[in-house]
Amino acid sequence: MSDTAVKDPGAILKTNLWTSNPIFVQVLGICSALAVTNLLTNTMIMTVGVVFTTAMSSLTVSLMKSFIPRKVRMVVQTLIIAFYVIIVDIVLRAYLPEVSRNLGPYVGLIITNCIIMGRAEAFAQSNGPILSFWDGMTSGLGYMGVLLAIAFVRELLGFGSLFGMRIFPEGFTPWTIMVMPPSAFFLIGLIVWVGKTIMHRQGEPVT
Amino acid sequence: MAPAIHPISLFFASIFTSNILLANFLGMCSFIAISKDSKSSNGLGLAVVVVLTITTALNWVVLNYVLVPLDLVYLRFIVFIIVIASVVQMLEMIIDRVSQTLYLSLGIFLPLITVNCAILGVSLFMEIRQYSFIQSAIYGFGSGLGWWLAIMALSAIRKKTEKSKVHAGLQGAGLTFITIGFMAMAFIGFAGLLQVQ
Repeated sequence: MSDTAVKDPGAILKTNLWTSNPIFVQVLGICSALAVTNLLTNTMIMTVGVVFTTAMSSLTVSLMKSFIPRKVRMVVQTLIIAFYVIIVDIVLRAYLPEVSRNLGPYVGLIITNCIIMGRAEAFAQSNGPILSFWDGMTSGLGYMGVLLAIAFVRELLGFGSLFGMRIFPEGFTPWTIMVMPPSAFFLIGLIVWVGKTIMHRQGEPVT
Repeated sequence: MAPAIHPISLFFASIFTSNILLANFLGMCSFIAISKDSKSSNGLGLAVVVVLTITTALNWVVLNYVLVPLDLVYLRFIVFIIVIASVVQMLEMIIDRVSQTLYLSLGIFLPLITVNCAILGVSLFMEIRQYSFIQSAIYGFGSGLGWWLAIMALSAIRKKTEKSKVHAGLQGAGLTFITIGFMAMAFIGFAGLLQVQ
């Protein structure tokens, strides 16, 4: 009931960005995310896609909730999400073909991103369309924040650049580990650690 | 055209050097949730192997004989998902009929698999890399084995780390991620053996 109890937009914002941040508190949706965090540009575009999909599918699920029979609601939700992901995929292919190639299968994997399904199931099922849209969007933004933080560190240390612009001088030795998969795990582990420690300090309940 | 990779090297590459979980980050959600318990990890790992092999091969057929001729490739996300969901549903019913004991050890994990990103991810990789039918089936099987190996290894490590004293903020998810990071580093050691994209 904790999710349905929150009706105030400000409270929703705080919950989704911080106290139950999809990544470091709920540990959801890491699947498709970590692979794209080695370059800030890719991460930015990927997370914008996730924010769009979460917000729009929450809105749609909320609008359609009374027409969907309970038994098949998971299937319907998946189809709604897949519909928006196809839009994102087509737009990327048309306008940003290079980024689309870099992201590869991970755009399609937004469908199985647990955050989107989670918000549709936990919030949009039982709330009005506007609130659901807002809830979906802020959840997406919470996800975006953490991923951008990881990508910032990985691109800065791995390539010596930010958004493709050189920050460190030529002589800088790139940290090869930062470009490889393990660093993503270490960084997300550290972020979870820092986040939870701050929450412990504030005395907020940690789930 | 299908890339010229020998099926045997593709098989080992998909288990070790490009492990679906440690190199491509797929299937993390259930990986972290389930790896607390080694018995469930085993069951889920086995189910992933079975489902991945079948769905990757089936999706290859659907992609090349239905979607490409009809020029409907842009619908592949929806079609792949439907194929995966129906395979899982059918497997569940078949296993229930054939063997009760197998159903109890494997069946309960099947519904979880529909939302496992590794399954859809492998099908999408198969499409992007344009594998042939044999390559796709082997890639699916190898990736499943790789996932199984990774979850068994992690659940064994977690059994040990559970009892160790760590900082309160690091407990649970944080420590697990760092453990996976070390595992990924270990698997990178295999990279010298084979190099398959």
